[in-house]
Amino acid sequence: MSDDRKTARPGLSRPQMAWRAAQDIFDGAYVNLGIGIPEMVARFVPEGREVIYHTENGVLGFGPPPEPGQEDPELINAGKKPVTLRPGAAFVHHADSFAMIRGGHIDICILGAMQVAANGDLANWSTGDPDAIPAVGGAMDLVAGVRRIFVITSHTTRDGSPKLMERCGYPLTGVGVVERIYTDLAVVDVGDDGFVLREIAPGVDVQTVQERTAAPLHVAEDLRTIAAPDGL
Amino acid sequence: MIDKRVPDVAAAVAEIPDGASVMIGGFGESGSPIELIHALIDQGARDLTVINNNTGNGGVGLAALIAAGRVRKMVCSFPRGTTETRFPELYRAGRIELEIVPQGTLAERIRAGGAGVPAFFTATSVGTPVAEGKEHREFDGRTYVMERALTADYALVKAQQGDRFGNLVYNKAARNFGPIMCMAARTAIVQVSAIVEAGELDPEVIVTPGIFVQRVVEVSDPAIESRLIAQGATYP
Repeated sequence: MSDDRKTARPGLSRPQMAWRAAQDIFDGAYVNLGIGIPEMVARFVPEGREVIYHTENGVLGFGPPPEPGQEDPELINAGKKPVTLRPGAAFVHHADSFAMIRGGHIDICILGAMQVAANGDLANWSTGDPDAIPAVGGAMDLVAGVRRIFVITSHTTRDGSPKLMERCGYPLTGVGVVERIYTDLAVVDVGDDGFVLREIAPGVDVQTVQERTAAPLHVAEDLRTIAAPDGL
Repeated sequence: MIDKRVPDVAAAVAEIPDGASVMIGGFGESGSPIELIHALIDQGARDLTVINNNTGNGGVGLAALIAAGRVRKMVCSFPRGTTETRFPELYRAGRIELEIVPQGTLAERIRAGGAGVPAFFTATSVGTPVAEGKEHREFDGRTYVMERALTADYALVKAQQGDRFGNLVYNKAARNFGPIMCMAARTAIVQVSAIVEAGELDPEVIVTPGIFVQRVVEVSDPAIESRLIAQGATYP
């Protein structure tokens, strides 16, 4: 890819990707958001939908970050960032928090990814580099336990390598777990026969998305353009 | 008369021997029993196996215990802190062993240990390197991996209030691993911000009943890890 195309690249901004994912969160959902772009999703859930956010370290019903100066070191999320409480919040210990996950009580989890395979396999914890210190956190529990797993990720790595591929090359986080992927270029579902291109970013064509995906894309008959608000 | 109160943190950890397994409560800095950890550093026990979700931050608390070379093995889910520690260097030099456990599996192994359940099956980690070498079994068409319970000789935990029976209530998200670690350790040592009179804690809101706690020590104004680190503090 030329430098030109990198700088003037069409596609969604990170907040626009989060906005698109937020449209799929239904009223009354119990949701766990991963660190990074997934965290942003909470800002864009359409008005009128009441959503309860869960965080692995035992807070159900947390809200946005506190005003500066109001941080409480004993009220943090799984990213170890200060949060606030919403009315109806509850504290639980770690085993109960993961019982909510493992027991199938959390409706939706949105995570980042290093690689996603056409069969729904997810790799997001390790490159397998022998020098790397392994660190898995709660990701394996989330993908195995939460009913619907969505991924938000840039379509390719910084150097342009595809992140959506036939088979993951990195060590897996979970097998066949991903249902839908939101990228800067597209919304892609994991179907019975591989990736299904459902929606495409404005100014991006199907061929470009396919070129940047290392597995065949089945184009949905009702392929739509993502209508993310400008200026996000 | 039952009285689990001890006068200070030094007395609370005095008998922990070399080679002991120690569960340390906390998730990052929330719920980290810094004063008990520092007392353990002063006490000198070494060759410890430590169970905690992380490996500490900066040069205080758990990170300081590791930096002091007292920990032979860490059992944790995420050996990375919000600030730099000596763990990576010790790990790469082969001076500390690491057992990586997915966070929910870690919590459930501890709960199982406290509940007398020797092992359980979970779908977490199936098909990943973490499940390699473990017994797999199918239930109702889904594959699960067997995980063994985790117990320890000691637990160091931070709570908000406690009484002479060892009944505890916690503060917000600082609860995290505290209740299950108290259950899974043979001797659970708890620092509380305030010791209250027996009967003062509402039985409806007690989170950890005293049967799971062996020692309670008052640390009325516990240090806040991130503030210590911001001040550049290290221990000892």
